[in-house]
Amino acid sequence: MARFAVRRLLQAVLVLLVLAAVLYAVFYLAPGDAARLACGPKCSTATVAQIREQMGLNDPVYVQFWHFLQGILAGHDYSTGAGTLHCAAPCLGQSYRTGDLVSHIIAERLPATASLALGAMVLWLAIGIGTGLLSALRRGTIVERLLTGFTLVGVATPVFITGILLLLLFCSWLQWLPYPTYVPLTDDPQQWAWNLLLPWLALALVEAAKYARLTRSSMLETLAEDHIRTFRAYGVREGAIVRRHALRGALTPVIALSALDLGTMFGGALLTETLFGIPGLGQQLVQSVQLKDLPVVVGIVLVMGLAVVVANAVADVVYAVADRRVVLT
Amino acid sequence: MTLVEVSDLRVEFPTGGAAVPAVDGLGFTLDEGEALGLVGESGSGKSATAYALLGLHRGTGARVSGTVRVAGTDVLAASDEELRRLRGRVAAMVFQDPLSSLDPYYAVGDQIAEVHRVHHRVSRAAARARAVEVLRRVGIPDAARRARSRPHEFSGGMRQRALIAMALACEPRVLIADEPTTALDVTVQAQILDLLHELRSEEGLALLLVTHDLGVAAGNVDRLLVMRNGSAVEHGPVAEVLRAPEHAYTRALVTAVPQVDAAPDRVSAQPAAGPGPSGRGEVLLEAVGLRREFGRGRNTVVAVQDATFTVRAGETVGVVGESGSGKTTLGRMLVRLLDPTAGEIRYRGRDISSLGDRALRPLRRELQMVFQDPVSSLNPRRSIGESIADPLRAAGELTDKAVVTKVKDLLERVGLEPDWYHRYPHEFSGGQRQRVGIARALAPDPKLVVCDEPVSALDVTTQAQVVSLLGELQRDLGLSLVFVAHDLAVVRQVSDRVAVMRDGRIVETGTVDEVYESPQDPYTKGLLAAVPVLDQAESAARREARRAPDETPAPAPRVG
Amino acid sequence: MTVETLSALDGAAGGAAAPPAGARQIWRRLRVQRAALAGGVVIVLLVLVALAAPLFAAVEGQDTTTYHSGLLNSAAGAVPYGSFGGVSAQHWLGIEPGTGRDLFARLVYGARTSLGVAIGATVLQVLIGSAFGLAAGLGNRFADGLLSRITDVFVTLPALVFAIALLAVVPSGFPRPVLLALVLGLISWGSIAKIVRVQVLAQKSLDYVAASRLAGSSTWRTARRELLPSLVAPVLTYAAILLPSNITSEAGLSFLGIGVNPPTSSWGQMLSTASTWYQADSAYVLLPAALLFATVLAFTVFADGIRVALDPRAASRLRVGTKRRERVAAVPAGAAADTAAVAVPDAASDDEDGTA
Repeated sequence: MARFAVRRLLQAVLVLLVLAAVLYAVFYLAPGDAARLACGPKCSTATVAQIREQMGLNDPVYVQFWHFLQGILAGHDYSTGAGTLHCAAPCLGQSYRTGDLVSHIIAERLPATASLALGAMVLWLAIGIGTGLLSALRRGTIVERLLTGFTLVGVATPVFITGILLLLLFCSWLQWLPYPTYVPLTDDPQQWAWNLLLPWLALALVEAAKYARLTRSSMLETLAEDHIRTFRAYGVREGAIVRRHALRGALTPVIALSALDLGTMFGGALLTETLFGIPGLGQQLVQSVQLKDLPVVVGIVLVMGLAVVVANAVADVVYAVADRRVVLT
Repeated sequence: MTLVEVSDLRVEFPTGGAAVPAVDGLGFTLDEGEALGLVGESGSGKSATAYALLGLHRGTGARVSGTVRVAGTDVLAASDEELRRLRGRVAAMVFQDPLSSLDPYYAVGDQIAEVHRVHHRVSRAAARARAVEVLRRVGIPDAARRARSRPHEFSGGMRQRALIAMALACEPRVLIADEPTTALDVTVQAQILDLLHELRSEEGLALLLVTHDLGVAAGNVDRLLVMRNGSAVEHGPVAEVLRAPEHAYTRALVTAVPQVDAAPDRVSAQPAAGPGPSGRGEVLLEAVGLRREFGRGRNTVVAVQDATFTVRAGETVGVVGESGSGKTTLGRMLVRLLDPTAGEIRYRGRDISSLGDRALRPLRRELQMVFQDPVSSLNPRRSIGESIADPLRAAGELTDKAVVTKVKDLLERVGLEPDWYHRYPHEFSGGQRQRVGIARALAPDPKLVVCDEPVSALDVTTQAQVVSLLGELQRDLGLSLVFVAHDLAVVRQVSDRVAVMRDGRIVETGTVDEVYESPQDPYTKGLLAAVPVLDQAESAARREARRAPDETPAPAPRVG
Repeated sequence: MTVETLSALDGAAGGAAAPPAGARQIWRRLRVQRAALAGGVVIVLLVLVALAAPLFAAVEGQDTTTYHSGLLNSAAGAVPYGSFGGVSAQHWLGIEPGTGRDLFARLVYGARTSLGVAIGATVLQVLIGSAFGLAAGLGNRFADGLLSRITDVFVTLPALVFAIALLAVVPSGFPRPVLLALVLGLISWGSIAKIVRVQVLAQKSLDYVAASRLAGSSTWRTARRELLPSLVAPVLTYAAILLPSNITSEAGLSFLGIGVNPPTSSWGQMLSTASTWYQADSAYVLLPAALLFATVLAFTVFADGIRVALDPRAASRLRVGTKRRERVAAVPAGAAADTAAVAVPDAASDDEDGTA
């Protein structure tokens, strides 16, 4: 177990380092002057040069990268016109555009993303596992055919299409729902849920189709295993076989995958956030990329990478806990 | 009283085109307390028959017709509920692969308790107690504690015992055992068969034993039903069938079974010259203190240690041992498919154990190998001719035409049609594929061929043919063979000298007659005593001998 | 190595006769799957449309760039006059709200972008993934470790996010569709590399590879003759799965406004515009949505068919008129790989009759 933890930690650090390094290299090579961006178009050349010096942009790229890493481990002090701005230990830097601390921006954006991801996951697990199990257990019936068709359609529909169609249907034609605007949970839980309903659905329908397929095939595979035959041969009822001997094995990969997807979702519900105007990490990322605001981009990508890496580890642990034959290495 | 009554049973598996009947018009009965052996080679329909007794074909798409009555219930017509009450309670099944037949997620005791509660209205605690009781009954030591272990924590033999315990928990009247010992080593097999025998005599169970191994059936059943292509070819009391088989197929089957307890008319008869094995031929290959480890650090496993033996020109050395004894690893080291961790391999006096790939290449052709698995040893995407031609083409000495001619000669030499050059492996049976494997090994005119379990995946009649082919080739070509196998009887048939392996060490070597007639090592003795024999009196005597608390203990089953 | 060269090698190594799962047999297995066949037909049609886009536009008599502002109702916020987004004899599928560009032409040209980018990206992914997977599978412990770690990094990358970052910094002069294919291809090859590596490792432990070594073949000769041909099926299968996901990715990036630049048309970019117009002109949303949906669905269904046709075990469940012995031979082939991997030398022959 300790070995596993150490290995995973090293792997995570490696992945994140590579991510950050590649982003730095890419943005360094990219055209555009960060100092000019930070200062704005009206600044004089002299001011831009001063800012460039202040931001450390005259250093070679690896020195800049090294400073960035130092900031993460030890924190950083920025001198502003008025004084110094302290950026505490996991310091991801300062936005070129606004001068805000990246960690603040992330903290501000995180609740919206988390609301979207968690709510959608609850939905897609419920719909996906339910559909998958039903179609596996009603094999060969009309129910299975219908559900298979439904999941196929779901898999083939990108989230932005589902999203637009949902908007069209519920907001434009039926007019049951207002056009969603994000309301923080802490402000008004009811409004929060009401406004997130469509984004959740859009995201969940696509994911649910994937999960239904996985659940179905996993369940069928488990039901074909030898030990299921054993219990059938001893007269155990089919329902009990499914509940006690098939479900656990069949759902293990499903749960593991949902850990992974949740991780990805934390960084990546870009399309959903953009379409529904949810002020989350994804939307911020798209904006920052367009503005070439490197520190913010790197910060957000690192957070997303971290989520994915953590999710990977969680998925492995899920496997190992569910099936003791798996040894964590 | 008749417990099982089968008449005109037909089982068909639809396969797209014409349905091929797996069982075709089979009929038999089984009385209370009686034991019937269902014997046949692969594809004979014996397992399909066993499944039909419990109605296990239901819902699989197989078409079953005829009559199957088990304790008065018409299995084919019974409702699902009736069938459920029959399964386990009247007739209980012991499956072939004990690891996959148990739920990996639950403790063995809980699984037995669950099955018990299906048929008996008792509390959970009482069911658990019953599980411990039956586990103890089948000889699981420390049953109360082991009941809480999960299947993967049991050894193969223990798992098979646990499966039998599960059957016992339901208190059935018939036990249906489908190849119950096929996956097990010979010593463990003997223990399981002894257990089945004991249960039968003490609990009065009827037994339907499904097996491909006549030896296993011989000592454990009263009547024998020999199946071929889905129908019965012979049916009668076991002693009669074995002594005087009426049908030609049965006769072939009985004669094909290699006998461990009789010196056979040696297949690998050597050139008559030479006073004895020790004085024959120059030393061709010599292994000195070979050792092989797998894994690193704390996970190091020693597969072979301190293995020393010689192979002389023109002789056959048998290497025999149970699974995990390191015999395959040893065989692969001899031809340098695996690198030894330590020790020397001297080929014609030259140490080849540390030669690099390139330096080894010219020597490769002299040291060849025949593999165990006829499926994975041939590339499914290449014609068998091309597979055989591979070493010739790699050497690059012959013209294309000469290569094809030589390959066709080889095909003929191993008893296949030369015109089959362009056919693909999937068009051949296991025995034919193994012949292709032999032809490929012979292609570069080797001096030594290591045969790694060359016949273990084959049916007994095919097995006999391949063994005699190997002997013939060896005699004609003056080859040296190293014959690696778990089957003591086969090894006795082909070998001049034998090395017995256990846990990576060679525990005994000697001429074949020395080792088989007067084994010195207690492990060898145990192994030999465990081999099933066709003769019933002998079989009973051996069982008694195994039961008596001997001063030479049977080898403990490997844990794992 | 492309799929084409892989199959060429297959032919070279397999000799003149058709290999067991040859093109003819695959076609036979594909043909009986009606859904896959329908998907295939849709794909062929789409490819034809994409190839002949200028022709189609010429037949209609429109192009993708001309603004027909006269057909827009400026009083109602530049929504096209007429029903269904301004459908008329001149504009078969209506015109774009706001600009008045011809929709039919833009959709037809959009097919070019979608398919072109997706195919380019898939080929790249297969190339890079196969190269990494092969090198890791064939290489020694150190090489395998290093390459596998690199692969892990790319599998873990949030692909879309990374693509956005890359796309943002490349100068706008670079041809956008090519760039999209490059970026998608360079990022998402990790899973194919993993599949190839696992396949190579599994094959490496099989006896016929050992036999090839014993025959005196060099490592490369063994790889070429014994390993590569067996990779064609899994690589093809996975490529078929990657393709629709690349279509979706391109559409997604264009939807975010980071894909193709105007005036090039792309279904994703049309949807992006449409998402601001859906209340006023719903016809404009539905057309690209329906096309994109149909395309992805066709490719997904077709990929499913390919997977079944190339997997002997799945194919055996099809009611194709294959001979029984073929089916029986196909089943233990997979099982044999397992036994070989665990190296249980003593497993005796088992009975196939009842459990098949």
